[in-house]
Amino acid sequence: MEIVDHTLSTLSATLLDVAPIIAILFVFQTFVLRRRPPNLRRIVIGFVYVVIGLGLFLIGLEEALFPIGRTMAAQLTAPRFIGAVSGSGYGWSDYLWIYVFAFAIGFATTIAEPALIAVSLKAKEVSGGAIGVLGLRLAVAFGVAVGVALGAFRIVTGTSLPMYIVAGYVVVILQTWRASKVIVPLAYDSGGVTTSTVTVPVVTALGLGLAATIPGRSPLIDGFGLIAFASVFPIMSVLGYASLTAWFRRSRERSEREKKP
Amino acid sequence: MTSRQPQSRFSHGGMDFIGAMFHNGARSSSRRTGGENHRMKSFARRFLRLLTAAVRDLMPITLVIAFFQLAVLQQPFPDLERVLVGVVFVAVGLMLFVRGLEMALFPLGEAMADAFARKGSLTALLAFAFALGFGTTVAEPALIAVAAEGADAAAEAGFIFPTEKAMQNYAFQLRITVAVSVGVALVIGVFRILKGWPIQYLIIGGYVLVVALTAVAPPEIVGIAYDSGGVTTSTITVPLVTALGVGLATVIRGRNPAIDGFGLIAFASLTPMIFVLIFGMLVGGT
Repeated sequence: MEIVDHTLSTLSATLLDVAPIIAILFVFQTFVLRRRPPNLRRIVIGFVYVVIGLGLFLIGLEEALFPIGRTMAAQLTAPRFIGAVSGSGYGWSDYLWIYVFAFAIGFATTIAEPALIAVSLKAKEVSGGAIGVLGLRLAVAFGVAVGVALGAFRIVTGTSLPMYIVAGYVVVILQTWRASKVIVPLAYDSGGVTTSTVTVPVVTALGLGLAATIPGRSPLIDGFGLIAFASVFPIMSVLGYASLTAWFRRSRERSEREKKP
Repeated sequence: MTSRQPQSRFSHGGMDFIGAMFHNGARSSSRRTGGENHRMKSFARRFLRLLTAAVRDLMPITLVIAFFQLAVLQQPFPDLERVLVGVVFVAVGLMLFVRGLEMALFPLGEAMADAFARKGSLTALLAFAFALGFGTTVAEPALIAVAAEGADAAAEAGFIFPTEKAMQNYAFQLRITVAVSVGVALVIGVFRILKGWPIQYLIIGGYVLVVALTAVAPPEIVGIAYDSGGVTTSTITVPLVTALGVGLATVIRGRNPAIDGFGLIAFASLTPMIFVLIFGMLVGGT
């Protein structure tokens, strides 16, 4: 009974979420474009799928994964767990499991992120298959994983957030300068896409939990910033992934050319 | 209303890549040639394939949580039954979402890009871009949560009086600031696609601005400002905006969808940081 209630309330919340989008689309279609989009029936059915799908997705996350994820973040940061690993008096290295958890959860939530699936499908379509759906998603997920782990390290050590982000920007600028023009916009986009429905709640819980349990940190000031890490690092990993595949292709071509004559 | 073009597929043939498994079966062949039976079968097969993909996508998060729960924290699963039901919901939801994406969000984004290009009114297109950015952001639950936390932080820092009213006010202003910034982002992004400007100068210029503003903004706002860039792009907005960008770059002559089509999301993650930092200076500086 409880789950039925929850289902109905989440579905209506999703509908409310989609309402402004539908209103804007409707107003512009009817009053500005004055043209019915092709396959209107199909689009309406698709929208119903999107609303129901996203609703079920959110209910499932709320029922199953988020509560455990949140409790886990709290348990892993609790002094009892950290103390159990290494005795009393802890430095940054006593939080080893936190970094592992941050890396793993950053990776796993990104792979499940629906918005990223959408962008990679589009990227594959536009690139004529040169950019693989799975390859792009793995690259982004790896970037988020490294970013969240480093962000956790920052909260533990209490170093300044702008320093890390600015350093990240510098690396991105250097990579942009070297990268092929085709991948740059996609890489920039993937920074924004990664942080949505699945990643934000779990990662935020981790940040707030860490900042609350570590002496001298304030959740209000130090708890923020993990999302920023998760947005900068995928840009680097996608640019890096592109350079790496380009480099592999070049070296393969070179070795083939050497073999031929 | 009446002038409905005979199915102008402006989508540059790339549709077959993702479309192979959906469109062939659903649209052209089966409806005309195949019987009801064949249609049902291909329908079922399609859903099965999507479901398998969804389960695969959810494997890592399930494994990570199971590993940490059982091996690291060494605790049993609380309420295993509920967890399993939840996982089924997530998998079916993801499957339906991806299907809806293919049927509605992508085609609609492309169709609108096409229609705006035909109409040829720059004002209408930019107004649409702003409305889409503002409208989808202002009601975003993640943003509402971050804005409320931001108000707490501001009260703690002494920018505003720690009363309920002042904090609500502050959170609302923060939300409007971010929503306007996303509207502006899509306007700039669409304009860039039309002009074909290279994206890196704009984005890197934006980064430099963020760094400069960070140096002068009150430190309490910095974390919130950086995070607000990440929370603005919701799961429904992203596919729609991406399809719009790619669609525009496809129909406008001289633009390459791969180079010019992407990047709208990047702007939508950058401008909130700039706007919120400025907001923090205006409100906190007094």
